[in-house]
Amino acid sequence: MTAREDVLARIRKNQGGPADQTIPREYADSSLLSRAEVVEQFADRLRDYNATVHHCAVSAIAEAVSGILEARQKTGLLVPAGLPPAWLPEGYAFRVDDGLSYADLDASEGVLTACDVAIALTGTIVIAHSPAQGRRALSLVPDYHLCIVHLDQLVATVPEGMRRMASLLPAPLTTISGPSATSDIEMIRIKGVHGPRTLEVILAE
Amino acid sequence: MSVRVGEAASALPFPEAAKKLVANSQLRRNVRHATDIIRTKRGRVVGEKEDWEELRNAGKAIKDHTLAHLDRYLLQFEEACTKAGGKVHWARDADEANRIIVDLVKQYNSDEVIKVKTMTSDETRLNVALEAAGITPFETDLADLIVQLGEDKPSHIVVPALHRNRMEIREIFMKKMGLDTLGYQPEDLTAAARKYLRERFLRVKVGISGANYLIAETGSVVVVESEGNGRMCLTLPEVLISIVGVEKVIPRFEDLEVFLQLLPRSATGERMNPYNSIWTGVTPGDGPQAFHIVLLDNGRTEVLADPESRETLDCIRCGACLNACPVYRQTGGHAYGSVYGGPIGAILTPQLQSMEHSQTLPYASSLCGACYEVCPVKINIPEILIHLRTKVVESGHAPLAERLAMKGAAFAMSKASRLSLAHAFARLGQWPFNDDGKLDNLPGLLAGWTETRDLDAIPSESFREWWSER
Amino acid sequence: MVITLYITCYNDALFPETGKAVVEVLERLGHTVEFRAAQTCCGQMHYNTGYRQDSYDLLRQFLNVFADAEVIVCPSSSCVAMMRDHYPKMAEQLNDPQLKAQVEAVLPRVFEFSELLVDKLGVKDVGAFYPHTVTLHASCHALRSLHIGTKPADLLKQVRGLTLLELPDADQCCGFGGTFAVKNPDVSAAMLSDKLQCVLGTKAEACTGADNSCLMHIGGALSRQRTGVRTIHLAEILASTEKSQ
Repeated sequence: MTAREDVLARIRKNQGGPADQTIPREYADSSLLSRAEVVEQFADRLRDYNATVHHCAVSAIAEAVSGILEARQKTGLLVPAGLPPAWLPEGYAFRVDDGLSYADLDASEGVLTACDVAIALTGTIVIAHSPAQGRRALSLVPDYHLCIVHLDQLVATVPEGMRRMASLLPAPLTTISGPSATSDIEMIRIKGVHGPRTLEVILAE
Repeated sequence: MSVRVGEAASALPFPEAAKKLVANSQLRRNVRHATDIIRTKRGRVVGEKEDWEELRNAGKAIKDHTLAHLDRYLLQFEEACTKAGGKVHWARDADEANRIIVDLVKQYNSDEVIKVKTMTSDETRLNVALEAAGITPFETDLADLIVQLGEDKPSHIVVPALHRNRMEIREIFMKKMGLDTLGYQPEDLTAAARKYLRERFLRVKVGISGANYLIAETGSVVVVESEGNGRMCLTLPEVLISIVGVEKVIPRFEDLEVFLQLLPRSATGERMNPYNSIWTGVTPGDGPQAFHIVLLDNGRTEVLADPESRETLDCIRCGACLNACPVYRQTGGHAYGSVYGGPIGAILTPQLQSMEHSQTLPYASSLCGACYEVCPVKINIPEILIHLRTKVVESGHAPLAERLAMKGAAFAMSKASRLSLAHAFARLGQWPFNDDGKLDNLPGLLAGWTETRDLDAIPSESFREWWSER
Repeated sequence: MVITLYITCYNDALFPETGKAVVEVLERLGHTVEFRAAQTCCGQMHYNTGYRQDSYDLLRQFLNVFADAEVIVCPSSSCVAMMRDHYPKMAEQLNDPQLKAQVEAVLPRVFEFSELLVDKLGVKDVGAFYPHTVTLHASCHALRSLHIGTKPADLLKQVRGLTLLELPDADQCCGFGGTFAVKNPDVSAAMLSDKLQCVLGTKAEACTGADNSCLMHIGGALSRQRTGVRTIHLAEILASTEKSQ
């Protein structure tokens, strides 16, 4: 008997169990907050995480990016191949990730990506492997991540967010709710262990 | 087939291990501090969630339902994962799992691996097997790194190094990372760990992880984390091997919405933990191009067999029961002699081993019920503890003196007349221990009482005697 | 009304004063107390320690004695919890439908002492006088099984002369846990030391509660450490009047 057959046989023998139960799903599915409150909640959560938050019109994204790079004194960022060119301001070096080495990713000044879904209640941004977000390593290795969230992509609750995420499969997904953190040393929360230590978000409408 | 749960089979009985640990004032201070903080944070984020009870009900129902159809869901997962380019292996016990993984690492010609936190690998003692095969495992979770470099053992499910304070950690880092200077602020220690590990993240070709959830419907695997080392190990290596207990599967992607709300709030007191990684098989151009998953039994099917206690397998490893437990608070995790400590450890550890070992663990509880209150999937731990105690007694493993005393008590209480007689004998028998109205130096099973507490002598007239004179 | 007293095995032998206090209070309120001499034990110690067979016998015995009682009062929340939490399941395990029916019929008629006063008799002021500072320990069974809430505190607040001081971390187990105290004496003592710090921190003269099991444990340490703080069961405070001072 193979291990597979053995384990399955034991499971079948032991699982017993009643007939199919229905799963009670009486938990909150949506939010009672107004749209404006949802947007404010999202921005609030991000600020709680020490992520810097900017608001701008969709047409002004490039301008917002430019202002941020100026303030941060950066000369450019890495970008995924499918990032909308309209988002990229003149005068900065945007290098496309076409299979850069990890060393290159590590040495970069940071990365600029879009996102797929955002969840207000938990301050979550969801990145999926796609042209405008790139491979996972791209938004992981650099120390700075600038993310454009379109307010259309923002939902209020986790169940709403998960429904949108389901349609992205089988692409790999990463949910990001603040910079990395650890409380392993005396329960004191230290932000930024691995993963980008600085997260900056542009909310575009 | 031989089940192994870390070193639980050879661990000290709980009372013996606990005796040493309660005398450790640094440990007690650290454990108290850590559990107080998480409990407070948990209280806040659970308190603000108005549908918390509804989420718990859904979580429990999903888990119970899954366990009742475990074969179906595992097969569904296997099919979907394989279709997406993953390779699924099955392991009956710890040794088989370790062997499969060692063989895979060798197959990919690597003599080192980077690991994301997985208690399942501690359960099988994977690191020992890897090292024996000449493969160096690098733990990358900060706490696991502290434990590994400190040549120590984890003491909590979620915060494994909570028994260490910063000075101890600084010592360990300086010694093992070869540092001449190192600050002692947590920021300094974290920065040292980041640098030490980063070099490995960018270089090592094989990653090993566990998983929090397997999604049958889509063949996806989910890892929940805070530090980012998970993303590193899951994304950067060429090969990824995940070792996962068979009870981790859930039916649909939709079900994840329940657990991603229950777990972060229960485990770390956050609305959402920093990073969740959800991947399905292999994706060209993104992440490991070879993905292997080892589905582990190692006693889980035994736990499944007992309808009264199979809900033990509902556990989502949040650690909330540890933080709530007044016993754990005094001893920390090492007293349980198992990779799984605290209330869940007290019921899971002996059951995985078919009750052959760790028989003192079901008694490591005052049955206060605090764990049941906080369990996000409503595992009735106190009920199960009593059930396991019954198994220990009925298999003949209770201490003889105790069995005799309990038999004697049962006999005395079977009839009121016998009970009155027993009162009379007790009043007589207490005479040698009676020191001016207080009993002292009680023998045998009762000695533990008078070591630290006074005990009033038995009153000369019982209530029933008083009533009969009325 | 006629109230049947279930004294509990340990109160009977070790804390007869508590039983007398229950009788005193109920008679003062104009009720008749009956005591059925055939009673022994609810089976909690055996059941909780894993001696299930012995506890089945004690379940049957309890029903033999009390099945037809109209109102049963019990000055021990852990014993009431034993019945509510486990008797139905035990009857189920015994596969005895008649037993199950008896259990279902009798359970709604069983009351812990403060439950009886507040819920059944609708009274909070029992005419008591106890001019001391007191802190209240909430036993785990009262808290989590009986969901006793504020009943004991409500009763104490009506006692003339009594100052009720809040106990910090009241939801932390004192470490008694029945046989736990002797099977795990070191951890039990460690838990007790935390509880003692909380009690002593209130500077109360006395620590009270609904369970002599917890009080015996807490009081044992208060006495061993010569703290000068005493324990006293809730019923005994409620029985206390100007005359009894």
